[in-house]
Amino acid sequence: MSRRVNLRLGFSAEQRDVTVVIPDDEPTPWQFGERLGVVGKPAARVDGPLKATGAARYTYDVNLPNMLYGAILRSPYPHAIVRSVDLSRVRRLDGVRAAMGFDGEEVRFAGQEVAALAAVSAQLAADAIRSITVDYQQLPFVVDMESALRTEAPKVFRSGNQTASSVSTRGNLDRGLAEAAMVHEQTYTTSVQTHVSLETHGAVASWNGDELTVWCSTQGIFAVRDDLTVLFNLPPDKVRVVTGYLGGGFGSKFGAGREVVIAAQLAKQAAAPVRLMLARAEEHVATGNRPSSVQKVRIGASRDGKLTAIELTQHGSGGIGGGSGSGGPFVTVYQCPNVRTDERSVFINAGPSAPMRAPGWPQGCFALELAMDELARKLDIDRLEFRRRNNADAVREQEYELGARAFDWQSKSNASRSKGPLKRGIGVASAAWHALGVSGPEAQAIAYRDGHVEVRIGTQDIGTGTRTIVAMVAAEELGLPLSRVTAQIGDTRFLFSVPSGGSMTAPSTTPAVRQAAAHLKEKLFKIAAPSLAAEPTDLEAADGNIRVRFDPSRAIAFSEVCRRIPGDSISAQGEHVMNYEGFRQGQAGCQFAEVEVDTETGVVRVLKVVAVHDAGRIIDPLTARSQVNGGVLMGISFALFEERRLDLQTGLMVNPTMDDYKLIGSLDAPEIEAIFVEVANGVNNTGVLGLGEPTHVPTAGAIACAVYDAIGVPIRSLPITPDRVLQALKAV
Amino acid sequence: MTGGAVEENSRVSNKRKANRDDRGPVLSRRSFLKGAGAAAAVAGVIGSLPSPDAQALVEEGITERIGPGPTIVELKVNGTTRPVTIEPRVTLLEVLRDHLGLTGAKLVCDRGACGACTVHLDGRPVTACMVLAVSARGHEITTIEGLGTPDRMHPVQRAFVDHDALQCGFCTPGMAMSVAAAIQRNPGLGLEEIKRAVAGNICRCGTYPHVFAAALKAAAEIKGKV
Repeated sequence: MSRRVNLRLGFSAEQRDVTVVIPDDEPTPWQFGERLGVVGKPAARVDGPLKATGAARYTYDVNLPNMLYGAILRSPYPHAIVRSVDLSRVRRLDGVRAAMGFDGEEVRFAGQEVAALAAVSAQLAADAIRSITVDYQQLPFVVDMESALRTEAPKVFRSGNQTASSVSTRGNLDRGLAEAAMVHEQTYTTSVQTHVSLETHGAVASWNGDELTVWCSTQGIFAVRDDLTVLFNLPPDKVRVVTGYLGGGFGSKFGAGREVVIAAQLAKQAAAPVRLMLARAEEHVATGNRPSSVQKVRIGASRDGKLTAIELTQHGSGGIGGGSGSGGPFVTVYQCPNVRTDERSVFINAGPSAPMRAPGWPQGCFALELAMDELARKLDIDRLEFRRRNNADAVREQEYELGARAFDWQSKSNASRSKGPLKRGIGVASAAWHALGVSGPEAQAIAYRDGHVEVRIGTQDIGTGTRTIVAMVAAEELGLPLSRVTAQIGDTRFLFSVPSGGSMTAPSTTPAVRQAAAHLKEKLFKIAAPSLAAEPTDLEAADGNIRVRFDPSRAIAFSEVCRRIPGDSISAQGEHVMNYEGFRQGQAGCQFAEVEVDTETGVVRVLKVVAVHDAGRIIDPLTARSQVNGGVLMGISFALFEERRLDLQTGLMVNPTMDDYKLIGSLDAPEIEAIFVEVANGVNNTGVLGLGEPTHVPTAGAIACAVYDAIGVPIRSLPITPDRVLQALKAV
Repeated sequence: MTGGAVEENSRVSNKRKANRDDRGPVLSRRSFLKGAGAAAAVAGVIGSLPSPDAQALVEEGITERIGPGPTIVELKVNGTTRPVTIEPRVTLLEVLRDHLGLTGAKLVCDRGACGACTVHLDGRPVTACMVLAVSARGHEITTIEGLGTPDRMHPVQRAFVDHDALQCGFCTPGMAMSVAAAIQRNPGLGLEEIKRAVAGNICRCGTYPHVFAAALKAAAEIKGKV
């Protein structure tokens, strides 16, 4: 059964009336200008007190009776055959309860798993792992991307050291280049970045007969469950995965990683629970990274600053992993009739890549935006104006306007340059994203007789505040204050939800939660209706009451209705419904950055970032601002500090720490201003869009442009370290 | 980037060394490793090899020999004296987490570079991953659990919640302990002092701006009460 509803969608500058057909039991989507009670008002996150007092229990904090400590032995060689693993010595050690070796495996990076054991203490496990002897047959290796492309290079895989090119085209590139009045061509490079989640990868695995429970530091509890059911040949109901709190993931924690599987295997062998959390060096080396990139960019524009051609020829390496493309921004962000991208992944003997916050986009955005600035200078057009002339997105147009005003772009552009050693510069970069959410999530809403409501959904909170926003959405629908709703998440015993990635958690979970709350409300209306002498369909829930819509004075307290629930509680389910016609299918954003470059030391300081983003409807402006801060700060870190270094002679990572691998710290954090352009999108019943990734896309690009503006010479390689700045200045 | 917490750590060591009080010096893992041979000889980790540097340690006030096996050690944590049986190589962080069930402080970098394990030793912030548990005897140890509980939060914790100075929350206990110590030292501190106080606390989610706001708010509140 379905019904037609008329929706007013859009944002302050443009609205549209749309008629959509939605299922009968689906709540009417929130529309443009709709005033809500809980949603949209800043709320402190519901699990804040637990996190601020150390009471939140992460995987790493799970401590079971008789629990063993797991440890992994990793290959010191970047390429080798594991001829044999001798476990006889460790098996005899007092306190070692399980051990396993991966004989016969081909090791393709230094740090790959070779053996593992579980012992009664962490100290003993660390000691014992050194007692394992391994017979390696070392093989030739290559850890440098350009060397890997030579024909005589050692083969990382038998199939070769690179993937086929992935080519996408729009229009006719050659024609576009011929039409251009000015063409700019340069090569831009970015380094390998590692995720550095503060909580390392790992799990606590516990068997009870043939039932496996795994506490896991993961972004996808159901993905981990599915992997484990396959590996251990168990039905889904025999594997339970729990992630109460998660110490970061950033894309590196999907599915059951090797360490999770090992923990479960060791626990089975030992017939005791095993905690296996990786050490920091293991985390850097083996659990994922953002691939490097070498991006040959060619862009052309007409005399009046209209892009006529964009070309990207790119390769990058994510070690033994692929997915190093960076073409997203080139085909998406600016309007250009003729675009060609050519991307391929190169394999080297280094740890595998994993998705990392907007995979490919910060790299691509950096190259495209700096190239835009270089072309704008040749065309003698204001850089913001150049972008506006090539922007076809009405939301982004408003974002440019709001951002430029907040940032004071005009007067900063006109400011005279310092004659001293400290040079200031400004830059702007644009973002696009597409986090509209996906179907699949189901949620349950339960009202208890004491008037309390609980929402259950098998999602996980990667740190964005998922627990809080799902509770807020249910509270909104039920007309309750947030304090009356509890959210239970992070357990595969709850109904399914999708992994927290692709910025899709909020847009995928909240519609299911809202529908569950709406269904619960209908059940409560049926209980309330007789005493209000009204039909259930004439009732509404607001201000903690259930009341007659056309006569709000006829009301009963929500908690009073709950007291009449037969039995203990009453529950209802909801699911995410897709396929509305949305106001738009994408998202836009832009960021403005101001930097100060010390031309004597080469040190770049970011002074200010204004970040303007569209995330559909903002549920909690407070946690949304946190996400913007996070995207921007990680972008600054990528732009200025982060670089995985491999030793060419040994193939080892030389900076697998948190001091030699530099991360942004408090003293490097600039003032950040977040501006949201709220768009009533209508793609689902909440209209929430993801925010985690788009906020990270343009930062590095904006900073690189600002550095170029400050010192007059572009630095085409990230990170923009002091030595690169000084070298660039010397070349002038 | 110099770790604020790490600096504090060595500051505590120096102060104790200078005082030579009856509680003994705090032996950080760093100084322990620095004096490798000598420290090992005294602590007996690799046996009782005589070392020319042993005399130097005696002069520094380190005269006791413990280990290498497990020893009963009493630690005063959050106001309560707790006996634990540990090897001398065990860090304060391991004792707090694995022996005492105080899992608020986190192991993240395991080398005093990130501040996630920050606790207070006599009111001063130290990175617990760099402090040997045996050397924390006789000192008042305060963990995030001792600062406040969900029902009775310390003003710093309350401000962290109100300002959303936390995301994934893994750095938060250490961050809050650094802030609390800095405010304790100087409730009149400003933004720059706060930035320096948490310079040794790495947050990957990017909470710094909200941490600054929370710290300023908490400082104002605490100052108001002083």
